Amino acid sequence: MPEQATDVTGPGTSVPGSVTTAPRRSPVLRRLKRVGVPTLAMTPFFVYVILGLGIPAIAVVNLAFRTSTGKFTLANMRAATTGVYRVGFENSIKMALITSIIPGVLGVILAYAIQTGRSGVMRRLVATASGVLANFGGVNLTFMFIAAYGSQGIITLWLHAIGINPYSHGLRLPTFYGVSFVYMYFQIPLMVLVITPALLGLRQSWREAAQNMGASSWRYWRHVGVPVLLPSILGGMLLLFGSSFAAYATAEALTGGIIALAPIQIGDLVNGNVISGQQNLGYAIGFGMLLVLAVTMILYGLVRRRASKWLR
Amino acid sequence: MAAIGAMGTEMALDQILGPEASPSRGRRRPRFRTWRLVVMLIAGAYFLAPIYAGLKFALQNDANHFSFFAVKALPTEPGFGAAFWLSIRLSFVTVVLSMILMVPTTIYVHLRLPKVRRVVEFITILPIVIPPIILITGVLGSYPLWLKSSPYLLSLMYVILAMPFVYRSLDAGLSAIDLKTLVEASRSLGGSMFATMRRVILPNLRAALLSAMVLTLALVLGEFTMASLDLWETIPVWIVNFQQSDGHVTVAASMLGLIGSWVLLTLIVSLDRSQSRRSLRKTGGV
Repeated sequence: MPEQATDVTGPGTSVPGSVTTAPRRSPVLRRLKRVGVPTLAMTPFFVYVILGLGIPAIAVVNLAFRTSTGKFTLANMRAATTGVYRVGFENSIKMALITSIIPGVLGVILAYAIQTGRSGVMRRLVATASGVLANFGGVNLTFMFIAAYGSQGIITLWLHAIGINPYSHGLRLPTFYGVSFVYMYFQIPLMVLVITPALLGLRQSWREAAQNMGASSWRYWRHVGVPVLLPSILGGMLLLFGSSFAAYATAEALTGGIIALAPIQIGDLVNGNVISGQQNLGYAIGFGMLLVLAVTMILYGLVRRRASKWLR
Repeated sequence: MAAIGAMGTEMALDQILGPEASPSRGRRRPRFRTWRLVVMLIAGAYFLAPIYAGLKFALQNDANHFSFFAVKALPTEPGFGAAFWLSIRLSFVTVVLSMILMVPTTIYVHLRLPKVRRVVEFITILPIVIPPIILITGVLGSYPLWLKSSPYLLSLMYVILAMPFVYRSLDAGLSAIDLKTLVEASRSLGGSMFATMRRVILPNLRAALLSAMVLTLALVLGEFTMASLDLWETIPVWIVNFQQSDGHVTVAASMLGLIGSWVLLTLIVSLDRSQSRRSLRKTGGV
């Protein structure tokens, strides 16, 4: 990369030829300008971020430890870690694990299948589709699934026609596994996007070197391929974990808020469907979620550093 | 947190599309091909079935016959007009605000403060890490009533949610041009900073600006979490509230939303590709 913009003295001085003719200013003024102009230019952005991101985040942490009259308390945290809210938290983590590990593995297989295929058209198609589908959780996706697998859904009716009734076996959409099934729709494409660069980083020469030394395909994967890819795969799964753990819209629209997941419970508490005196319980759950996500992101940072050892 | 997807898009697409498969893999073809075919068929079925079902369901009447009634009925359903109008206003305000805030900031950082780039990059990732559900509860718990009672509070927050997309798009666009040379050339020809911006930088950033705006638009039109907790009936909130009344109309509205955003996003992905191809050619030529 070329040396960019090392000149921070402000717009005026970069005009060639003007350096010697420019009137000499006092050093104090120059320093003021050197610090002042960038500060001024960055102020709107930082103020906006503090107002829109910083204050709400601090508010969540603060309110998690307050009673409704504003006194310090640990009661919210206690309530958030017991009973139905504890179950919600456990469900959320369980679902995030399921919808990061399974789509993670499937995503790697799919990405590998596409990558080793000869069809450039296919690759382009899947690349575009992954980019688009990975962005679609939410309400619209939910109703597409209801149209397919809901009690009156097209595919449900097909299955009825051939004598299978998934609903009689408890395989319904507004359940824990139903929601997980829908999440895979955006989680698999997300994994394909995240893992493809790593797959491309597997050098053909490594494989050839292994073959020259008599390694079978299995041994190549066992000793070279998987160890090199593992940090990237884990990193991708951590991203998927965060994405699933934080998701609200899909689960809410699919189940009408009856499923016990932490984000749904926050929504219920904020909407006021709750006994009075527990208004701040939602913030306590939110604080817990922030902690889990912080750990996830720290792990992600560590894993990514490891991943860049072999792949770049 | 679907946002990561879009960021991944920009990074991964060129690489997915980039190098051709290496030629020295010929021997193991036949076995691999069946394996690959099975994977592709299953993936195809999983991803296409809901799309097919959604389309079919949206174009059916209650007797399961083909009909456009749901699509035709949509605009006249109670509440749809108001929700549509609200979503349009919110997206307009969000896109304008977001551009006013992010374009000068990103250009300035690129031009004068390369050291701050990492900081800004980190900050713009944060909205992905902090879930919208937590952000909106924080906002509802800390801001004064007059602000909370305005729907445009949502726009203010959507600017935050869109930041990862907007910053990444603009950053990619700015990295693809030789910003410093362009600015110096313009300045030495006597152009004011404003003229440089309007006549040199922005035209060169057209693709990046467009993709930033389209991503923001898609985000605002599909956002449910914040709108529903802030009790404003935007289109996604209306769809969920309306679902009890008529399943076909609800699915029709969802499919229109999905197809709309797919078209928009496919547009960006292809724009993205042509942009990176241009920058590749440039670096290759130098």
